Amino acid sequence: MKRAFGKPEKLAIYRDRIFEEINLLGIGSLGIVAIISVFMGAVITLQSAFNFESPLIPVYAVGVAVRDSMILEFSPAIVSLILAGKVGSSIASEIGTMRVTEQVDALEIMGINSASYLIFPKIIASILFNPVLIVFSMFLGVLGGYTFGVLTGVVTDYEYIYGITYDFRPYNVLYALIKSGVFAFIIASVPAYHGYYTQGGALEVGRSSTKGVVYSSVLILAFDLILTQLLLS
Amino acid sequence: MIIGESGSGKTTLLKCMIGLNELDSGEVLFDGRNFHDLDFNGKKAIRKEIGMLFQGGALFDSKTVEENVVFPISMFTDLSESEKRDRANFCLQRVNLENANKLYPSELSGGMKKRVAIARAIAVQPKYLFCDEPNSGLDPITSIVIDNLIKEITDEYEITTIVITHDMNSVIEIGDNIMFIYKGDNWWEGSKQEILKTANIEVCDFVYATKFMKDLKSKF
Repeated sequence: MKRAFGKPEKLAIYRDRIFEEINLLGIGSLGIVAIISVFMGAVITLQSAFNFESPLIPVYAVGVAVRDSMILEFSPAIVSLILAGKVGSSIASEIGTMRVTEQVDALEIMGINSASYLIFPKIIASILFNPVLIVFSMFLGVLGGYTFGVLTGVVTDYEYIYGITYDFRPYNVLYALIKSGVFAFIIASVPAYHGYYTQGGALEVGRSSTKGVVYSSVLILAFDLILTQLLLS
Repeated sequence: MIIGESGSGKTTLLKCMIGLNELDSGEVLFDGRNFHDLDFNGKKAIRKEIGMLFQGGALFDSKTVEENVVFPISMFTDLSESEKRDRANFCLQRVNLENANKLYPSELSGGMKKRVAIARAIAVQPKYLFCDEPNSGLDPITSIVIDNLIKEITDEYEITTIVITHDMNSVIEIGDNIMFIYKGDNWWEGSKQEILKTANIEVCDFVYATKFMKDLKSKF
C-alpha cells in the first residue's frame, strides 16, 4: 500500500490514467447502478405500502421510507456491494493477469513503480467517482419508487413527493457520501492487493478475483456497521 | 549467453540480475554499481538503462503496438507527442514491423510479439539488454530472424546483451561468451569455440543432445 501511494513518475501520465479508470470503473458502472437502483426504489415502495396498512400510518410515509432507505443504506451499501463484485473482480483479474503474464515485471524493469502506476489511479478514480454513483443511485431509487408507486396506485404522486421532502435531513446525504468514500477505497484497494500478489496462472487469477470480491464485501459490511455507529449515534 | 536445461535456474538467475528476485548471497554489478545495495532511486536509475525481452513478450494488452513502444518513451523523456511517435515508428521499422502500429497484442503472432517487445526494449536506448528465451515457441525461421535482430541491435547500439536460451542453434549463431548452468550452479564458462570442444560431460550432454549438433561435432 505504501508503494501504491509512492511518488508518481510523471504526473501527466497518472492524470490520464485516473481519467481512464474513471471511464472504465465509474462511467462503465452507470448502467448496472441505474438498473439496480430503480428496482430497489420500486421494491421498497411496494413493500412499504404493503406493510403500512394501518390507518395510523400516513401514506406519505412510503415516500419517507424510500428516501431514507435509499440514502442511508441501499445506495451507499448495497450499490457498493454490487460494485465490489463488478469493479472488484475486474481490478483483481486485470492486475492478476498482468502479474502472471509478466506485464507487472515489465513495468518494474522499466524503472516504474508498478504498484503506484496500476493501483493508485484506480483508488483515486474510485474515491472520486463512487460518491457520484451513489448520488445517482439515490436519485434513481427515489425516482423508481415514484414511477412504480404511482403506476401501481399504491401511492399518489402528491403523497409520494410530500413524503420524500418531509423532514429531510441533509446530514444523511453527507453520512452516505462519507460511507461511499470509505467503501470506494475498499472496492479498489482490496482486489488490487489480491491481484498484485497473484502467483501462478489462470487458476490463481480466478482465485485472486474471488478473494478480492469476498474480502472487500466483508470489509464493506464491517465498515458499514462501524461508520453507522460512529456517524449516526 | 546463459544456457542450461529446463529448471536449471536460468530465469531465476536473470531475475536476480535485474532485481526481480532478491539475492540470498552474492552481488550483481552494473559498471561497478552493486544493484542490490542501492536504494529505490538508485535501482530505478539502473533499471532505466535496462531493456528486457520477456519470454512471452509481456506486451501491455490494453495498448496497441505503437502505444506499447511509446510507453517507456513517455515515461522517461519529455519529447513531444509527434517526436515520441517518430521514435516508436523508428524502433518498429528497425524490427521490420512497419504496418502493425494499430494492432493489439492479441492480434499478433508469437514472432511479431517478440519483435514488438524488442522495439519497446530499445525505445529508450538501453545500455543492457536481457532476453529470456527469445525464440521459445517460434518456428525455426522466425527464431533465426529474432536471433539476427538481437545480434544486429547489440552491435549497432553497442549494448551488453545477455540471452537465456536452451536453443543451441542460437548459441552457435549469435553467442560470444557462454555460461552453462547445471542444477542451479555456474557449471562452465567459455567461448563459442570452447564449448564445442569441451570435455565436460554435463556440458557435452546438453550441447550434443540433438542429432544436428552431433553431426556438427563430427565435422570438428
